[in-house]
Amino acid sequence: MTSFFLNGQPVTVDDDPSTPLLWVIRDSLALTGTKFGCGMALCGACTVHLEGAAIRSCVAPLSRVSGKHVTTIEGLSPDLSHPLQRAWIEIDVPQCGYCQSGQIMSAAVLLKENPKPTDKDIDEAMSGNICRCGTYSRIRRAIHRASQLATERRPS
Amino acid sequence: MTAVNASRYRHSSGLLCSGSALSLLMVCQITVIHAAPRGPKPDANASSEAFLQVYKVFTSPRCQNCHPPGDSPLQGDDSHVHLQNVRRGKDGHGVYSMRCNTCHQTTNLPGDHMPPGNPKWLLPTPEHKMVFVGRSPAELCRQLKDPKQTGGRSLQQLLEHVSSDDLVGWAWDPGDGRTPPPLSRAETVAQMKIWVEGSAACPQ
Repeated sequence: MTSFFLNGQPVTVDDDPSTPLLWVIRDSLALTGTKFGCGMALCGACTVHLEGAAIRSCVAPLSRVSGKHVTTIEGLSPDLSHPLQRAWIEIDVPQCGYCQSGQIMSAAVLLKENPKPTDKDIDEAMSGNICRCGTYSRIRRAIHRASQLATERRPS
Repeated sequence: MTAVNASRYRHSSGLLCSGSALSLLMVCQITVIHAAPRGPKPDANASSEAFLQVYKVFTSPRCQNCHPPGDSPLQGDDSHVHLQNVRRGKDGHGVYSMRCNTCHQTTNLPGDHMPPGNPKWLLPTPEHKMVFVGRSPAELCRQLKDPKQTGGRSLQQLLEHVSSDDLVGWAWDPGDGRTPPPLSRAETVAQMKIWVEGSAACPQ
């Protein structure tokens, strides 16, 4: 049995400790917002946070997260209020949408560490997240917009 | 592991190999002790010749890929620039959502093109890049003897680094699809000892 915190809630699963975290999240815990892309840590679609840092859940064994806090796209905010989610909706970033949860989770780490990123910062943080629809320009715009939104007061 | 887990995880077996890797490391260390040269102090020619053997190891892909001239690691037996625009970062561990351990685990994952792993996976820091790529034997030899470029490490400390550092040891257990250095770790350490004990002479 392995216990950890998923989006703030304690969970315990009986999957083999070597099982990739992605399959535990999707199959055992039924949170399907995190996507399988390549299974080789090459595309970024499976990005989640471990103790606030980005990891590729398709290659991270369950044993790595034992006792730790994991955040998925479902846990980024309870009501789509995270600045990145608001910006993504405002700019209508996705095309097919498959890679977008991974894109947002990577961008969230960037903004947490660098609230005012430059284009270069965005390139360095986001180059591991592939989008076959080519929404990169909108992703860049949305990250800048989220940076603005994070400093503004939310309308009541 | 259950049958269900086995079918949905294509790379599970390699995550169980840390015990065997430790055993391999212990064997290497024992071998190192027996490989230490005895008798008269090596002369400068022998020292210089020994460094040329060490140089072949240091400039093999397994070593030089993490000692690049720029701020991107290299990868593969052809030492191409790491995909995904991976950066060195201030601490040698990458940047933002592209940290080394974003993808690299504590052990190699089995299969060609799968991320290799080690608990210490990182690049040298920006202050002491310790570039191996593109250095001639004489240049690399002088660099290793310059404490300003080695982060203050002495030759004895560099020898210790090569002989017992866990991440350096990964080079001889690099996982699927990656060619190990041309000399074994024990042979490399033995040659490095000859170089160091022969006054660390540099090739011309």
